[in-house]
Amino acid sequence: MDYGDSPEEGAFRDRLRRWLTEDRSWSSASSTDDEYWTRQASWHTALFEAGFFALAWPKKWGGQELHHTFEVIVDEELARAGAPPKPSLGYLIQGISRFGSEELCDRFIPGLISGRDRWRQGFSEPDAGSDLASLQTTAVLDGDEYVIEGHKIWTSYSDVAEWCLLLARTDPDVPKHRGLSVFAIPMNQSGIEQRPLRMINGVSNEFGQVTFDGARVTAENLIGEPGQGWALAMTIVAFERQPAELGYVARYAKTVSELEGDVRSDPDSTRREIAEHIAWAHVQSEMLRLHVCRRLSERLDDPDGGVHGSIDKLLMTWTEQSVGQAARHAAGSATSQAGGDSRLGTYLYSRSQSVMGGTSQIQKNIIATRVLGLPSN
Amino acid sequence: MDTRLSSEQQALVDVARRLTERLGPDGVVSLDDDDRVARLDQATTEAGWRRLRDDDGDGRPLASGVEAGIVASALGQALGDTALFGPLLAADLLRRVGIDAPGAFTVALVPELSSLAVADAGRLPAAVAVDALGATSALALLPDDGGFALAAVPIAGTERSFDLTRWVSSIPAGTELEEIAGSRTLTGDDILEVEAFALSLASADLVGIMRGALELTVDYAKSRQQFETPIGAFQAVQHLLAEAKTLLEGSISVSQHASWAVDALDAGEAREAAAVAKAYCARAAIEVCEVAVQVHGGYGNTWECMAHVYLRRALLSVSLFGDDGVQLAFLAARRMGV
Ligand SMILES: Cc1cc2nc3c(=O)[nH]c(=O)nc-3n(C[C@H](O)[C@H](O)[C@H](O)COP(=O)(O)OP(=O)(O)OC[C@H]3O[C@@H](n4cnc5c(N)ncnc54)[C@H](O)[C@@H]3O)c2cc1C
Repeated sequence: MDYGDSPEEGAFRDRLRRWLTEDRSWSSASSTDDEYWTRQASWHTALFEAGFFALAWPKKWGGQELHHTFEVIVDEELARAGAPPKPSLGYLIQGISRFGSEELCDRFIPGLISGRDRWRQGFSEPDAGSDLASLQTTAVLDGDEYVIEGHKIWTSYSDVAEWCLLLARTDPDVPKHRGLSVFAIPMNQSGIEQRPLRMINGVSNEFGQVTFDGARVTAENLIGEPGQGWALAMTIVAFERQPAELGYVARYAKTVSELEGDVRSDPDSTRREIAEHIAWAHVQSEMLRLHVCRRLSERLDDPDGGVHGSIDKLLMTWTEQSVGQAARHAAGSATSQAGGDSRLGTYLYSRSQSVMGGTSQIQKNIIATRVLGLPSN
Repeated sequence: MDTRLSSEQQALVDVARRLTERLGPDGVVSLDDDDRVARLDQATTEAGWRRLRDDDGDGRPLASGVEAGIVASALGQALGDTALFGPLLAADLLRRVGIDAPGAFTVALVPELSSLAVADAGRLPAAVAVDALGATSALALLPDDGGFALAAVPIAGTERSFDLTRWVSSIPAGTELEEIAGSRTLTGDDILEVEAFALSLASADLVGIMRGALELTVDYAKSRQQFETPIGAFQAVQHLLAEAKTLLEGSISVSQHASWAVDALDAGEAREAAAVAKAYCARAAIEVCEVAVQVHGGYGNTWECMAHVYLRRALLSVSLFGDDGVQLAFLAARRMGV
């Protein structure tokens, strides 16, 4: 066992650290405010071009063919520099690469990795959230195209995406889990309309609603086989529930160090108990970092190993919400300002972590029945 | 002992509930309905709720902390976007110095919101006038011969706070004060009693917030269906809501006692009862509002859902006169000398 860097990892870390101090074009905005989202695309491109993004993927797709453990170094160094976290889209690549044909992967994954194409995930619907399999959006074959009708909601970044990974019903006559398929559908077409939703913290470009009214997608863009949609969607959500895939460790560590910095710069006006809330957020954030080290190391044995979606999702949620609580305590009196301050925004945003990607209640149901093997009622 | 409300107090509960339910916001859009806000303000004035702590002619308040708490709780429950806390505290202060001052007052607090603002060498350090909708000046303390006199600072303009249902006004450092010539000064006990009253009001407001948030969420859990089942049928959801209900009941018990203690117990005891109530209600209210957000799922994380309006109001009420941490520190100092 070794938590230290190998010579190769050490060299990578040095290179990244140098780049982060030299190239300060990145914004220090955190991912919970509007400004971050508008700059996210250029941050993605900068990271990719400097060779610090999509490390584990094949070179032909723009990856580096490094081991996943290098991702931990990226997270640690981004947090250390106070830089924004890396874009969270590894889970989409995981899903597409496992189900899509080689031709389809070669077509879509390079643009996803380089940041040229922005994607979003169109799974949830107004009446199909936790019960995703009951979704109503239909895809009907018409010649060599599918015609899409339906309504998606909570779709993150729907205002900027060129592509949507769409989960739709292709066969209404079989049990609900079996009639679903996934498509890569271009967003810029007349049959698709998107309306932003304002989030709890006031941010309006986190997610939106999307209506499909006669939108079209070529049958070639069906990922996997018709009817494989549920398996593909579950693969994606399993990886989406992995903090390693999302790079959130960097986000939490960055917030914790900002909160610590505020206290250090004005220790006399900080109550001890607030500092302890922040210390607890640090404990959680360290737990998650070390947990990710452990999970990614497990992938050395088996590329599919170390995917313990629901448990990791809960650990990540508890971490994010501890960071949120620390921010809330530190913010205290900012409640009297119009709009509060960024710490209150961090707190409010943290509440959504127990909902997005599958709620905490659903994760616990899964852990109880599938991990612990408890009987389900 | 009989901790039940009197029939008059029960009648006040009913009236306050009816009025605030009718005139409070019924959705986020109606938060911006200025006509409605004006009607609520006028009805609150006509009901005399902001004057409950005025002098009854004999130096006693017109109504006890219990009545004030009843109204505070009704406003919290209905997310009533009108001033109450500030004017009631101002009235309490003015009565104590023996003044029947006309005018629309609120109170100025230190920027941490944990206590009343105190002038230093005749000038006020930076302060915040809370609950400032409709107020023209804010009261601050002026050290005077071992005690405190009252002084007023003009309010320049108000803005809606992070809590979308209440308005604040920031007072820049160095703002000039106008001393209010009372017939007596405030003693240390007066300050403890005013703090006890303020904390009891904030606790009552939090109780109302919990009631409102829980009601909203229980209704949602009954109607929202997933897996062809109302989500309220899932034990995970039931336990969240059952816990929220239980926290609410504990909160009612401590908050009601603190409201009674304001006038019935001596200053130190009332202040301690208030610390107990505030510490308990602050923790419970955050928990209950977070459950409200959670049970609403994705919708709960949108601006449109009223759950965050409750949460925001709770966050401000939690910080008024000190959050749970501040109260625990107070209790630790008082009870253990640490
Ligand atoms: C910030 C954010 C970003 C998101 N981004 C995306 C995205 O990009 N793409 C996408 O497709 N979706 C996205 N989502 C949607 C998210 O996946 C859903 O909100 C989530 O799955 C819950 O569904 P729901 O909102 O319909 O809530 P519901 O399913 O209606 O749940 C309401 C409540 O009931 C509980 N509940 C439901 N069923 C059960 C059960 N069987 N047992 C116990 N409790 C239960 C839930 O835990 C919750 O507390 C996002 C959501 C958020 C908040």
